[in-house]
Amino acid sequence: MTTTLVTGAYIIAGLCFILALAGLSKHETAKRGNLFGMIGMGLALVFIILATVLKTTTDGVESSGGPSWAIIAILAAMAVGAAFGVWKALKVEMTGMPELIALFHSFVGLTAVLVGWGAYFENIDHATGLHNGELFVGVFIGAVTFTGSIIAYLKLSGKMKSKPLVIPYHNVINLAALVVIVGLAVWFVLAPALWLLVIMTIISLLLGLHLVASIGGGDMPVVVSMLNSYSGWAAAAAGFTLNNDLLIITGALVGSSGAYLSLIMCRAMNRSFFSVIAGGFGSDGAVSGEEKDYGEYRETTAPEVATMLKNAGSVVITPGYGMATSQAQGVVADLTAKLRAQGVEVRFGIHPVAGRLPGHMNVLLAEARVPYDIVLEMDEINEDFAETDVVLVIGANDTVNPAAMEDPHSPIAGMPVLEVWNANTVVVFKRSMNTGYAGVQNPLFFKDNTVMLFGDAKQRVEDIISAL
Amino acid sequence: MRIGIPMESAPAETRVAATPKTVAQLIKLGYEVVVEQGAGTKASYPDAEYIGVGAEIVGRATAWAADVVSKINPPTDPEITAMSQGATLIALVAAPRSPELLARLADKGLTVLAMDSVPRISRAQSMDVLSSMANIGGYRAVIEAANEFGSFFTGQVTAAGKVPPARVFVSGAGVAGLAAIGTARSLGAIVHATDIRPEVAEQVESMGADFVAVTVEEQQQSTDGYAKEASADYAAAAAKMYAEQAKANDIIITTALIPGKPAPRLITEEMVASMKPGSVLVDMAAGTGGNVAGSVADKLVVTSNGVKIIGYTDLPSRLPTQASQLFGTNVVNLMKLVTPHKDGEMVLDMNDQVQRGMTVVGQGQVMWPPPPVQVSVAPAAAAVPAVVEPREKKKMSPALTWGVLGVCALALLALFWVSPSDLLGHFLVFMLAVVVGYYVIGNVNHALHTPLMSVTNAISGIIIVGSLVGLQSASVSVTVAVLSIVGILLASINIFGGFTVTQRMLAMFRRA
Repeated sequence: MTTTLVTGAYIIAGLCFILALAGLSKHETAKRGNLFGMIGMGLALVFIILATVLKTTTDGVESSGGPSWAIIAILAAMAVGAAFGVWKALKVEMTGMPELIALFHSFVGLTAVLVGWGAYFENIDHATGLHNGELFVGVFIGAVTFTGSIIAYLKLSGKMKSKPLVIPYHNVINLAALVVIVGLAVWFVLAPALWLLVIMTIISLLLGLHLVASIGGGDMPVVVSMLNSYSGWAAAAAGFTLNNDLLIITGALVGSSGAYLSLIMCRAMNRSFFSVIAGGFGSDGAVSGEEKDYGEYRETTAPEVATMLKNAGSVVITPGYGMATSQAQGVVADLTAKLRAQGVEVRFGIHPVAGRLPGHMNVLLAEARVPYDIVLEMDEINEDFAETDVVLVIGANDTVNPAAMEDPHSPIAGMPVLEVWNANTVVVFKRSMNTGYAGVQNPLFFKDNTVMLFGDAKQRVEDIISAL
Repeated sequence: MRIGIPMESAPAETRVAATPKTVAQLIKLGYEVVVEQGAGTKASYPDAEYIGVGAEIVGRATAWAADVVSKINPPTDPEITAMSQGATLIALVAAPRSPELLARLADKGLTVLAMDSVPRISRAQSMDVLSSMANIGGYRAVIEAANEFGSFFTGQVTAAGKVPPARVFVSGAGVAGLAAIGTARSLGAIVHATDIRPEVAEQVESMGADFVAVTVEEQQQSTDGYAKEASADYAAAAAKMYAEQAKANDIIITTALIPGKPAPRLITEEMVASMKPGSVLVDMAAGTGGNVAGSVADKLVVTSNGVKIIGYTDLPSRLPTQASQLFGTNVVNLMKLVTPHKDGEMVLDMNDQVQRGMTVVGQGQVMWPPPPVQVSVAPAAAAVPAVVEPREKKKMSPALTWGVLGVCALALLALFWVSPSDLLGHFLVFMLAVVVGYYVIGNVNHALHTPLMSVTNAISGIIIVGSLVGLQSASVSVTVAVLSIVGILLASINIFGGFTVTQRMLAMFRRA
């Protein structure tokens, strides 16, 4: 086997990955995209494993090949990993998707750290400064990704409070950590030593921990996609360390596409992109919970809502995280099917940051077999609210808050929201009158055309279905 | 306490202040209810039904002698005399227009709760008779117009030819106006409407009519929930608009009332003359001066050019069953408010602005007018339309932008100059991949964000290559081998888990 053959396989694999990402941007080509990803991965794996266990020739010089036990060790490790991964993937509830993705990011981060450390030990005697610098960067990004993702995982799965951790001077602490790491990097390049790598790894792990811990649960969609990007950069850095173009290409692809996705999210929330990358954003200012008289809200009952829906010509449902927590997507889909069968036009309006992960609501609705062409995004549906008879707000709060447009002092001022209040009637499903993630009161609940339906969303939707 | 429901004495009045249903509710509040014999007959509520819910049928004198008397129209002098000293009267009294009546009621030492003086605040809406009667009046106005109109309301294409839809114009979009719009719309007419308050345009459109605005600088800001008189400029512009509408429409319904003042004249004689023969005008303000020139209260007038002007003031009475039920319910809601303990004892609280506002005579004292109640949210509402601009980004000047870019380029160039050539090769690949990654997902569908993220997750698992490379030398150390194998395991989770979960998600998406 020759190195050129392996490199050739890498080139094809890289191309496959590009096609995979391209395919995933449209419904029609999405499955094909995923297939391309698998083909690319399979190809790369086969050739790199062969190259590891067989003797490879580079420009006529033959390498020794790996130790004889390598193939067994590799296949065993892969089998264990694959079993665990597939088991997790098949078991996960669609509502638990954000956690799973965050957890997977952490594995990439940890692997990047391990690869960096491995590269250090392997070349301990004949390493160049350049090589050391590269592996240093790789370990740094990997470590930050690892702990950051773990924290994101804990917060999303509810194993840790999602409230932002606020340490005084947290920006100064982050900056100081970065300065120390740069200092250590210079030192490491000039005079590599194991303890420098150890200290840097520890600082990086703490930095990742702190960065994500200081971000509130409401901003998690952006965080998850940021970490996705970080995990890509970690892989790219490992590629530089190992002079491996496939790693560089893939890492850069994932890194830049993840960053672009975060950019879309940031625009949707009217946040500055830079402050997101820097971490700990949005939690500097105290949330204004000022007492203000919003008037009275009106309560309604499920049979009343059922009558309203029966007589409506067009209905828009705007789900939020509350729908996910009460697992109401199934009954919401039933309700949709029922109304559509009666000739009522039902559509869904999804805010870009609804849920805890970009596109979270779409996945839930798809799971419940809601056809995707009636699921519209905010920009597509905002103008239609004026002609809508009934809007059902199911477990959404901040994403339908008119204060974002009307109150310049609101913590969410300027964030584009679903303008549900333009519809004839708005029914808000809510467990209580508590505030949403941003901790802001929602004037929508007190509007004249808004009625509140309290209780567990799933329960209430079932009540409506039985009343229909 | 005993509540008396006398029969209405006005000749055209068909309504009654309580129906069997509302009597039952009053009894539930702890009151004893006596109903004059035959009080509900004209509204299709026979005496037997009142007895059925627990009321007593009594003679006229007994009904009037009750502790609380609830009726619809203002009482006549003999009726006032028939009331007992210190009793309470609940009725419509038109307080602003009838000072003498108030004086007489006070002389008798009565307490009078005027159902037409309910403050216009949300809390008091459930007892606002003006709204509930206006709703009926608006409906009936259209029915009366349809009755006199010689054609269909709805447009039809029939074997006998095409019928154009009737055109209806409604002036004043209060409760009566909105009810009229809704009724005319459901009969199939084309409806236009106007109001002196431009902010009600939305309500008009919500009922399915087109709003016709009077274009003039001045804006009416009502702070007490009622319309006000307008300025001369406005009047000129409005006259022009009405003149145009009179020519264009088959049916005009006017509902413009100004509390305590004569109704504004909206339709002049020339405008009436310009209408098509057979057109119908319904002047709902005919009782207080009339919006239409030539309208006569309680009469149907036909002009020389064949235009019919309806001036009925008893529109609600023409729907007696419904009107009585709504009036009665308004009274029940009032009694709920003034019977806090539900023990049949009426307790008036003069600190409550609803009760204070309705009490036009209190224990022999004339208490009209009440202190003003400010209910409108006008000052706060004025600030609402100021939509917040998205936070303005600080824009760098072009010179600075280019300068910074130039410095960066030079710095990179300097860095590359000292870099080994194979690093540059990798860097080229890196740069291109970054750009490709950015563009390749440029138009990603929002719904696919999650699958995209999980597929990139799986692809990130390619870092397994890094771990595999560690095992490529025969003389691999134990440390490196362990690090590599753990890495392989972790990355495999990603690769297999990521692709599987993506596949699962994509399988769920389906088209309708």
